[in-house]
Amino acid sequence: MPDRSLIGRSLGETTVEVEKGRLRFFAKAIGETDPVYTDEAAAKAAGYKSLPVPPTFLMCLGGEGRDLEEQLKIYGFEVARILHAEQAFDYHKPAVAGDVLTFSTSVADVYEKKGGALQFVVTQTRVTNQDGEHVADVRSAVVQR
Amino acid sequence: MTQVQYSSVNVGDEIPLLKEKPVSRFTLALYAGASGDHNPIHIDLDFARKARMPDVFAHGMLSAAYLGRLLTNWVPQRQIRNFSMRFTGITQLGNVPTCTGKIVEKFEADGEKRVRLQIRCSNQYGEEKLAGEAIVALP
Repeated sequence: MPDRSLIGRSLGETTVEVEKGRLRFFAKAIGETDPVYTDEAAAKAAGYKSLPVPPTFLMCLGGEGRDLEEQLKIYGFEVARILHAEQAFDYHKPAVAGDVLTFSTSVADVYEKKGGALQFVVTQTRVTNQDGEHVADVRSAVVQR
Repeated sequence: MTQVQYSSVNVGDEIPLLKEKPVSRFTLALYAGASGDHNPIHIDLDFARKARMPDVFAHGMLSAAYLGRLLTNWVPQRQIRNFSMRFTGITQLGNVPTCTGKIVEKFEADGEKRVRLQIRCSNQYGEEKLAGEAIVALP
């Protein structure tokens, strides 16, 4: 059982530059065909400075530079036993290619269900850009079976 | 894209659905690379079996990305204020992710008109895989 004293613990900060090539690869992987996500001219015509970061990709960027197994070790979880339980995003400002985003993550909650058969850890991540603007808040819950 | 107007939508309206291709090993390999989620349980059959799963299975965040497309096909992304989901079932190989959304509330907040959507991703058998909601601002 992960310790409830983990709540509030900082899991550190990561910083990542949003790359156009990576956004195009992601668009391909999720079947996105809207040119706003792959063609800079279309993105600019839609009012973005460059290719926008699609709604769920912030979560992927937040995982860059983070070792999943190391993070799970802090919880006492094993990669083969976990599942993603919940995911939420609050968007405050668009993120686009070229932005340098900082992800500051901490443990928001630890709890169990089914008499301890399912153990949950929830993390909360504040995302800011190179100008210090608050881009989004991301919340993730993982469960160990 | 014709802009969706607050005045032209009603509680109970369904937004256009998004139906994907069946999930294949190729889909999962591409998603692993593009997302940076390299958890072997989604791409390595041997690892999946050792973890007592019958086969590899889809990343929850792949279906989440399809739900994101459901929303951005309907309105420009900058109008999405909040987007949340629970992963309620495992998406298996061969499943056809089918995303739907329904307007459940119209309200005003922070000086703008918004709608709350109930969103869902199921497979071709109607089995729910993700359920959640989104809040979208409308002109």
